Amino acid sequence: MHELLKLIEKLSKTIARKLNIMEVCGTHTAEIFKHGIRDILPESITLLSGPGCPVCVTSINDIDKTIEISRQDDIILTTFGDMMRVPGSRLSLSDARAEGANIIVVYSPMISLDIARLNQNKKIVFLSTGFETTIPLIAATIEEAEQSRIDNFHIYPLNKLLPPALNFLLDSKEIAIDGFILPGHVSTIIGSDIYEFISSKYSIPSVITGFTADDILTGIAMLLRQIYEERSDIEIQYSSVVKKQGNKKALSLIYKYFEPDLAYWRGIGLIERSGLSLGQGFKHRDINSIFNIYEMDLDEAPKGCMCGYVLKGIMTPPECSLFGQKCTPSKPMGACMVSDEGNCAIYYKYRSANFLKK
Amino acid sequence: MCLAVPSKIITKNNLLAIVDVYGARREVSLVLLPEDVEEGDYVLVHAGFAIQKVDFEAAKETMKMQLLYAAMFESEEEKMPKAGLEPA
Ligand code: SF4
Repeated sequence: MHELLKLIEKLSKTIARKLNIMEVCGTHTAEIFKHGIRDILPESITLLSGPGCPVCVTSINDIDKTIEISRQDDIILTTFGDMMRVPGSRLSLSDARAEGANIIVVYSPMISLDIARLNQNKKIVFLSTGFETTIPLIAATIEEAEQSRIDNFHIYPLNKLLPPALNFLLDSKEIAIDGFILPGHVSTIIGSDIYEFISSKYSIPSVITGFTADDILTGIAMLLRQIYEERSDIEIQYSSVVKKQGNKKALSLIYKYFEPDLAYWRGIGLIERSGLSLGQGFKHRDINSIFNIYEMDLDEAPKGCMCGYVLKGIMTPPECSLFGQKCTPSKPMGACMVSDEGNCAIYYKYRSANFLKK
Repeated sequence: MCLAVPSKIITKNNLLAIVDVYGARREVSLVLLPEDVEEGDYVLVHAGFAIQKVDFEAAKETMKMQLLYAAMFESEEEKMPKAGLEPA
């Protein structure tokens, strides 16, 4: 997209100051590196990566508890594959499985429900992770479990909501951001109106952006135009699937079964109403309501791991002393090195080209 | 984890559809779609569910507006007053 790149260059020259643009979605970070977008942008634009990897923000504590649950005889734990290698305090789910725990990787929560149908004598637990893109599927699965009376299906609720985390990040004032590339698929569900606070409270322009190289360059051009015109609107570049009000059907299904709750983000801390717990009448679907695991302390990252700063865009992964030395994707110390969408894992993968770049 | 791909509906039976994802056939649930879809339509698929109908026209329109702006900016760079254009 030659025209767009030229536009970006011209606009950034006219704006004539350094700009920090944050992408919050791990899929964006991965695509930006894959296409070398950082390398073709003008010097004055810095792309920062934010907290948008649900795997990376899952606490050590929850991994430990999940492992404990998966060791029970009458339980089968099911999970998305991304979660398998996240390090707990001693083991990952993958290690626990090697030691005999009952863990099955599924690509959809509906598969978990099928497993529940076929194993009536066991309790099937779905490790419920993911942002708003994934949450409606879990709500739909619970609805199916309710309607078909599949009583042995439960979840371990760890889902996270993105807007409260952005609000928290901006509120902490730890980092100056001139524009947001907002996530395309999360916004397919939640729409653009919900981000209104970014504009009204913080006067920062945002563009909800798709995932091809063209999409991302267009999103950046739209952000620069807003900065040039001194606007701070919530615009939609990814208009093929994102509507102002999102997917209302999916949203109403979410809030039929879940309610907002306090949630802990690994490396970041506790954030009000940034998680979901099961609503009244559906608490029995929460495995924690049946199977009481002792409360553990709020966890801290392994010594030296800077994941928390990386997730907030304050540090880049190479600034962590463990990066690439003690911490690699095959032997991760922190969660940011695990998922394909973790900032540290992405930097590691493209390290030869980008090691010394911001 | 939020990966989702546009997929074409091959056949449809109530709230279940067979879609083509990069050449592979998959069964997906349509329960989350806010509007009706037909065979031949494209839907965005995430972990076994269609989460939105894909509107290619809207995407083209957005791209057109941006290219138009790029051309305008190019030719009027000097004279153009700030915020002088209608937002896209
Ligand atoms: S490189 Fe490893 S130890 Fe350092 S911040 Fe990233 S995940 Fe943590």
